[in-house]
Amino acid sequence: MQRIFLRGCAAGFGLLLSAAGVLAAQAQSVSHVGNLTGNAAAGAREYRRYCVGCHGQAGDGLGENAMWVDPRPRDFTAAVFKCRSTPTGTLPTDDDLYRSVTRGFVTTNMPSWEPLTRQARANVVAYIKTFSSRWSQGPGTPIPVPPETPATMESILHGRQLFQSMECWKCHGAAGHGDGPSASTLTDSKDNPIRPYNFASGSRFKCGDSNADLYRVFMTGLDGTPMPSFADNIQPNDAWDLVHFLRTLQPMPSPEAALWQAWLPGHAGELKPIGPD
Amino acid sequence: MTDWSVKRWRTLLLLSGSLGLATNLAAMGPAGDLERARYAMYVASLGGVVSTPTEYAGDMHANAAIPAFARKYNMPCSACHTAWPELNAFGQRFRDRGYQLGNDRDSPIWVNPSYIPFAIRTTPGWRMERTTNQPVDAGLGTTEKTITQSGFDISGADLLMMGTLYKNITFGFVPTIADGEGVGIEAAFVRFDNLFRSTWANLKVGKFEMDNMLSEKRGMMLSSNGAFYQSYHFVAPGDGTTFGLGDNQIGAEWQGHSDNSYTRLTLAVLGGVDGTPGLPEGKSYDGMFAASQAFDMGNLGLQRIGLYGYLGHRPTSFETVGGEPVPGTGTDNKPFSRFGAVGDFFLGNLELIPLVMHASDDKDLAGGTQDATWNSGLLEVHYYVSPQLVFTQRSEIIRMSQQALPSIPDHKGNIDAFTFGYRWYPIMFSRAGLAMVGELSFTKTIGTMPLSGDGVGLDPLTDDTAVKSTSLLIAFDFDF
Repeated sequence: MQRIFLRGCAAGFGLLLSAAGVLAAQAQSVSHVGNLTGNAAAGAREYRRYCVGCHGQAGDGLGENAMWVDPRPRDFTAAVFKCRSTPTGTLPTDDDLYRSVTRGFVTTNMPSWEPLTRQARANVVAYIKTFSSRWSQGPGTPIPVPPETPATMESILHGRQLFQSMECWKCHGAAGHGDGPSASTLTDSKDNPIRPYNFASGSRFKCGDSNADLYRVFMTGLDGTPMPSFADNIQPNDAWDLVHFLRTLQPMPSPEAALWQAWLPGHAGELKPIGPD
Repeated sequence: MTDWSVKRWRTLLLLSGSLGLATNLAAMGPAGDLERARYAMYVASLGGVVSTPTEYAGDMHANAAIPAFARKYNMPCSACHTAWPELNAFGQRFRDRGYQLGNDRDSPIWVNPSYIPFAIRTTPGWRMERTTNQPVDAGLGTTEKTITQSGFDISGADLLMMGTLYKNITFGFVPTIADGEGVGIEAAFVRFDNLFRSTWANLKVGKFEMDNMLSEKRGMMLSSNGAFYQSYHFVAPGDGTTFGLGDNQIGAEWQGHSDNSYTRLTLAVLGGVDGTPGLPEGKSYDGMFAASQAFDMGNLGLQRIGLYGYLGHRPTSFETVGGEPVPGTGTDNKPFSRFGAVGDFFLGNLELIPLVMHASDDKDLAGGTQDATWNSGLLEVHYYVSPQLVFTQRSEIIRMSQQALPSIPDHKGNIDAFTFGYRWYPIMFSRAGLAMVGELSFTKTIGTMPLSGDGVGLDPLTDDTAVKSTSLLIAFDFDF
């Protein structure tokens, strides 16, 4: 009788521990996006409907479609994210993840999920955070984005010089087509081949449409890819100049591209080609 | 379904075209008994001609769920469908964008060259159809009996070819095949998307499903009675207007939408032929509009309300040669209209879709001394247990408010229809789809044959008789 009692106590204790574990997991499995609180349990349903085919049941990026998708789906168990407002090596904020879900990633298989309700997207963010214990440490602190400097020809030309001196061209190519001499050797953190961004092909940048979004890419880097953070190597004003130059490589209309197109015909001969000295 | 309901439509149109339409229009057609008789014969033949392509317009599958898109984009059915074939908000935007995700990878140049934007859908199964009060011979007279049929059957097949020719240029081509019915073209169009870099400028030309917020082509129900909306195809007693709001039409459509497709607006100019190619009637044009707005209601989900309208014209007289009407010379166009509102409301996993409509046919089209008018309403309910199991129910009524002839009983033509069903998807992935379907559907029509059901499909002997039709369907709906 005593043995049965002890076994019952042990079983009860086990159940309590399990319940505590579930509660603890749920406690961390929320997201805060504006005035919304995302719920992981609800997010699991959305994830099953929309995300599981690529990202997999376990969130490991090994969904049944993963082998057909290039670039490969994000592995949420690693909790390494490209598009962040936080310093390199840190976790993104809930807002960062929410924006990624909402925006999608141009030139990849990840679409914009903007038609989903805001609550549904916040729920998905909460659920994504259940796949890795890294989330127990919390996100990094968003980097400051200083006011943008004026987009002038001087700024664009200085950005062009930086594109040369910082050797951006080695990966992204002289014309920004993603075909630099190092491009074919690059791999991501999972040893999958990865292509540098082709500025001429996309209608927008992967991490956002605005110049501030592009600024953040320099300063935070794209974790899990060869694109490093330049926060320790570049001053904010220089970073804005680089942003202005990169806008001229894109096919869409922009103030920087308009300036460049107006200036270039009379000055093309003055430009030193980008590439090896 | 291609076979099942199409048979009803052909019968209906042949009967209405050959009998009611001919008789009624003959009475008000060109002057002179002989000319009226010839005109009636022409209209009757037109009814038969129209029935041939229209039987494919009655196909409830076409334009439904298209796993070719799932294969192209490596996404499961559930990404675009609440439960296929019904679109969810994400699928609606995908469609509004011209079947493009908008990730700069939509042009065929980005797809494996062996990819073909082709899918097929068909439904084998078992069904039972029962219709009461069907006239049958009895000695020298006629009596009424209940006709019951049952057995294994197959639907026709829809070949769904849709995709992009180039970035922002979309095409659609949907031939349908039905055993013994031949091949028809359900849809054939080209669409220019995002003109002037605006989501508000999309132009589609060809034959296509109109932008009905409650789409019949993507309906959940498949039985003979339940596969279509009575409101979309109702014809008033004695009326011969060849039009179905659910039928694909030929014309040009301008469609605009907000970036997330919460706001949608559509205007279309359509040939007045109910989707029949060949300019058989004349110079009449129809106009259609649809507008809807969705609201983000947090945990409840996305709620959408919409308005729609259709203003059509049909000729009432033709030029003749040798006394015979000349096809394509129709004049004296008379109007008909359909206006209403529709909603799509979510309460978590419960979806409620109400629709109301007011309809009017000019007296010259309705074959009477006054316009025929009626009202209809329906409520369709879906409960999504999961993306792979949905229970469905629909209740629909149609009430005549004014008969074209005062001598016709007020309630003749009234309809009550109810459908109960489920769809279970044992597989749900990005290559194909299979649904196991169970459905029970009832209709009651007063004084007329049912719009559906697989009975004999004849009017009862008296105007007051209620004809009850029952459909039971157990089937495998697959899409590859």
